Amino acid sequence: MGTTAKSFSHKYNWIKEIIIEKLFLLCALLSILTTFGIILILLTETIGFFQEVSLIKFLIGTRWSPLLVPKSFGILPLINGTLIITVGAAVVALPLGLASAIYLSEYSSPNVRKIIKPILEILAGIPTVVYGYFALMFITPIIQDLFPNANIFNAASASIVVGIMILPMVASLCEDAMRGVPQSLREGAYALGSTPLEVCTKVVVPASLSGVLASFILAISRAIGETMAVTIAAGMTPKITLNPLESVQTMTAYIVQVSLGDTPHGTIEYQSIFAVGMTLFTMTLLMNIGSQMLRQKYREVYQ
Amino acid sequence: MKKNITSRHYKGDLFKILCGISTIIALIVLALLLWDVWNDGHSWINLGFITNFPSRFPERAGIKSAIWGTIWLMILVTLISFPLGIGAAIHLQEYARKTRLTNIIEINISNLAGVPSIVYGILGLALFVRTLQLDRSILSGALTMSLLILPIIIISSQEAIRAIPTSIREASYALGATKWQTIRNHVLPYALPGILTGNILAISRAIGETAPLIMIGALTFIAFTPISLNDPFTAMPIQIFNWISRPQEEFHFIAAAGIIVLLVFLLTMNAAAILIRNKYQKYQKW
Repeated sequence: MGTTAKSFSHKYNWIKEIIIEKLFLLCALLSILTTFGIILILLTETIGFFQEVSLIKFLIGTRWSPLLVPKSFGILPLINGTLIITVGAAVVALPLGLASAIYLSEYSSPNVRKIIKPILEILAGIPTVVYGYFALMFITPIIQDLFPNANIFNAASASIVVGIMILPMVASLCEDAMRGVPQSLREGAYALGSTPLEVCTKVVVPASLSGVLASFILAISRAIGETMAVTIAAGMTPKITLNPLESVQTMTAYIVQVSLGDTPHGTIEYQSIFAVGMTLFTMTLLMNIGSQMLRQKYREVYQ
Repeated sequence: MKKNITSRHYKGDLFKILCGISTIIALIVLALLLWDVWNDGHSWINLGFITNFPSRFPERAGIKSAIWGTIWLMILVTLISFPLGIGAAIHLQEYARKTRLTNIIEINISNLAGVPSIVYGILGLALFVRTLQLDRSILSGALTMSLLILPIIIISSQEAIRAIPTSIREASYALGATKWQTIRNHVLPYALPGILTGNILAISRAIGETAPLIMIGALTFIAFTPISLNDPFTAMPIQIFNWISRPQEEFHFIAAAGIIVLLVFLLTMNAAAILIRNKYQKYQKW
């Protein structure tokens, strides 16, 4: 009798183990499902969109006016808006981030690092809508003082805050890459008579270059996908321009603009956010994959 | 020759100073941002601001419905994303063999972590609001936010589980425990502080997000607190965005006051995460 009960409980345990294992597998598979969901939804509505607007006109058209007649869906103005802000943000964040990383990894004492790293984490954790407020209320007035012809909504102000936003990411990923460089390489360079600067620029940075570049790409992809700060600070004017003092519209800001209005399901405006979303998704995905491949390469070297 | 060395060291010092200044710039910006927000908003914070609903009159506008919306979101997102995220992390760290599927799942998760939040908003709009007919409800918002932070939760939980030495597991197996018993009684308890830290940070990311909620249509005038999952809602970042985009200047100050409340929420959560991390790091030395 006792044996039966025991073997029953064994069998019960065995079934339970299998069920639990499969449940965890399902949790992990949910992530694949999410990706499929995103792609499927973007594709379905995008295909509907391209039945009414030709793909060529979408890709090379220079006028984006989805709400005014005659409607025109050329995405170049939105891409221009996105890129001008991304380039501006990169100009702010990449040098500052790299320099901060060098300081934290090569020069600072552990105590200084202990203070600065949490501050960078806080900076990274501030919501983007707050950065938008900061851009509009603090940075834009300064820009308007310096350049009186600047629009109240301008690309420069948005670029600066997006740059500040991605700076902690650049700094912390670059620092990780630099700390991955074995100490022996630095010591070898010092033994040959290098100064700290030379160790840094000729040994540490080159040795961690793939990690540094990976962090740059990831940060740029973050800047491309940034939404609230650019919606608040850069405005809603889709146009092709290189002047950072003008108001522009990014892809993300357009998507927000449409969803703020009451656009009925099934209209061309509704579908257009999916076409723009698809463009945005493709751009960031390609950059993320590129960044991952670079990091993979860097892992192989030192592990 | 000597001059050459001096100039090399001179250049080196200059470079060090430049790097130091770059680092300080980040700190200055953070200080400026906090000062600016505090300066604009602190005089608008009073009991009425916390207990009033939004209003078109600045002096009567409050953040009550947004605070409740955010609290609802926090609870729901926690309930949905913690079990799923920790489950996925357990699968990847404890069960999965190095197969092609595992590799695909891992690459996929790190890609999902890089997808712009507004794309999750588009997913939420098409899937939860339209297809599943959940409308612009708090449940749609929570589901969308959960999908958004799942990759972060999975990655940080994986790191916490990975830090547990294999010897702990082997000791448990040697005493006859099954895999699940080992995970439940040994791996998870030890990994819990790390998991909690990562998850709290992920939740604080979710409550600061604006774009996905705007996508699913949460930007409306809400003058009540939600009482069920199907109620429409607003949340703090959306309410702040709403105030920023109004033309009257008073609303900009109210937006700053809203930001102060939101930042207090976020900093409290961050502090909790850091405390948990510091408290348990002391004891855990393998």
